[in-house]
Amino acid sequence: MAKIKSLEDLMKIKDDAVKNLKLRETGKRGKIVVAMGTCGIAAGAKDTFKAVVEELSDKDIDDISVVQSGCFGLCDAEPTIEVKLEGSEPIVYGHVTPEQAKRIINQHIVNGKVVGDLIIKRGEL
Amino acid sequence: MLKPITILVSVDSNSALLGARHYKNYLSQLVKKYNLDSITDVLETGSFGNYGEGVLISILPENIHYSVKSEKDIELIVQEYLLKGRRVPSLVVEKIEKEETEEKKKNVEERVVLRNAGEIDPKNINEYIAKDGYQALAKVLNEERIEVINKVKESGLRGRGGAGFPTGMKWEFTYKVDNPEKYVICNADEGEPGTFKDRLIMEGDPHSVIEGMAIAAYAVGANKGYIYIRGEYFESISNLRKAIEQAYEYGLLGDNILDSGFNFDLSVRLGAGAYVCGEETALIESIEGKSGRPRLKPPYPPVSGLYGKPTVVNNVETYASVPPIIINGPDWFKVLGTSNSAGTKVFSLCGNLINKGIVEVKMGTTVSDLVYNFGGGIRDGKAIKMIQTGGAAGTFIKPEEMNTPLDFDSMKNYGISLGSGVILAINEDHCAVDVALNLMEFFEHESCGKCTPCREGTKVIVDILHKFSKGQGSEELFNSLYDIAETMEASAFCGLGQAVPIPLRSILDRFKDEFMAHVGVDEAPCGVCKFPKKKKKVH
Ligand SMILES: Cc1cc2nc3c(=O)[nH]c(=O)nc-3n(C[C@H](O)[C@H](O)[C@H](O)COP(=O)(O)O)c2cc1C
Repeated sequence: MAKIKSLEDLMKIKDDAVKNLKLRETGKRGKIVVAMGTCGIAAGAKDTFKAVVEELSDKDIDDISVVQSGCFGLCDAEPTIEVKLEGSEPIVYGHVTPEQAKRIINQHIVNGKVVGDLIIKRGEL
Repeated sequence: MLKPITILVSVDSNSALLGARHYKNYLSQLVKKYNLDSITDVLETGSFGNYGEGVLISILPENIHYSVKSEKDIELIVQEYLLKGRRVPSLVVEKIEKEETEEKKKNVEERVVLRNAGEIDPKNINEYIAKDGYQALAKVLNEERIEVINKVKESGLRGRGGAGFPTGMKWEFTYKVDNPEKYVICNADEGEPGTFKDRLIMEGDPHSVIEGMAIAAYAVGANKGYIYIRGEYFESISNLRKAIEQAYEYGLLGDNILDSGFNFDLSVRLGAGAYVCGEETALIESIEGKSGRPRLKPPYPPVSGLYGKPTVVNNVETYASVPPIIINGPDWFKVLGTSNSAGTKVFSLCGNLINKGIVEVKMGTTVSDLVYNFGGGIRDGKAIKMIQTGGAAGTFIKPEEMNTPLDFDSMKNYGISLGSGVILAINEDHCAVDVALNLMEFFEHESCGKCTPCREGTKVIVDILHKFSKGQGSEELFNSLYDIAETMEASAFCGLGQAVPIPLRSILDRFKDEFMAHVGVDEAPCGVCKFPKKKKKVH
């Protein structure tokens, strides 16, 4: 480990470490659930999951949690993800490749507009 | 890649005995096995505060607390929650909700010292830094020493080890003595029976103590520090050593800290578990390699302490309070407590309570709040008989006195000790004579023998209490206990012997009828003491 020589050095370490801790914070604005059943994983859900986490962190979005779940029962549309924002109805998206995942984050999470062409279900599962 | 799911396993000295470390390893193993390790972090953290029957784990960011009692439980959590996203209701523990309703507000802790415990991995310095760690140190290194001392003075911080001496004043005395060689010592002996808060602070957030000590050292002009800790505190020792090592690697300890020219070396010294070694001068003797016997005071440690040099001795909780005071300012700390007692206090809740563990609350919280709101009341539907506050050297009180607020003035105003912050609840099944005997045996055993009043006084007290417990007491003997108390208070050499009268008188004052009920009867009235059988008359 390099020695810390100044407050700036210290703050640099802090900024990095904070990202990790932010992920643990509770009481967030919403969450993204990635279906990781066998069907989802076979269709590439792991890459989708990774893309979601990376895009959120690239965009410094720390009020959205990411969790995984079993199969939503929408196996023909895998990989599927569900976006649940506080105060609005949950949306399930299908065929979410890593590219589409980034689109969903930018359009839905950042700008608050659902991504119409990927929706396969509205409301509680 | 960042890992969105964090599982914190609460590993403290209590849960370690229940297998916490094993469960943590097993959990990591399963997480790997199911290929979840790229998205899930499994970490150890300190105590969540309460002691459950199982090992507590918390899954974040969902914030579910599970209590784990077997490997099967771990498997269930991995298979149900991690793989399928379903909760496991049978293992969920209800948390004390931090809701804003009036009723619930009472149960909300105010966490200053415990700000990170149970939230960060104590073995990872980066997590402490993420929680503003070492910023207070960086800040003070740019300030004049006396400014730092003034801030601590203004905050009203007083010692958390029992005596409640103003911390800023102690530092100022040490600062004012002109000597190139000075020391700071952390008193982590925690010998007071029933106190376990220091242990959980050191286990859960060791860097907060280290940072507090470094600030103290800078302020008074010391370059060397010791943490004196009892040898059986394995978790604390290993977490502290690890933390010290990491602080050295980052240059937060050692030479020229943060390029300021300030040098500070810190190391751990193990004690052998004698109560008297918690007394600051006996502790100093012990660090010097001698047997732990108290010194004559004055001179006090700020003038002549370790190796005869000016020395600050403070408690673990006292040091851990310092960094937040520097960061948030003295006024922030002051308003947390009562007029003469700033800040918060960590209480160890023990005895016949439903929820045992530690809680941190504002100074001035009542005994009743601690017993009922935080402690959950008395176990098994029993009635409460008495509460000992403050530790072994603290006072016994009756249930009707529970509305007393605890702070540094409660001794003066109500005759009730704050001490090191212990709430020991004792239910109706116990006998006052037996409780007194038990406690006095502790003091007899721990008396170091240096001075006659304490060595002989504790022995005579125990002998007399033995008589009561065997049905051989008398009013005269009862009264003589007060005489011994008076002698010890006036003439014992150190705080150990001087404090014995506090618990003794408080229990005699309040439970005289119970003592007397043991006199002039053939059978013990309490169901606890056992009178020897009277010899049958031979015809
Ligand atoms: C018999 C005896 C035992 C003590 N044990 C402890 C102890 O375990 N921990 C502690 O912090 N202070 C203990 N003290 C108080 C210390 O002497 C000293 O006042 C304290 O460490 C100062 O720190 P503070 O001002 O931060 O409270 C004890 C005192 C006596 C007389």
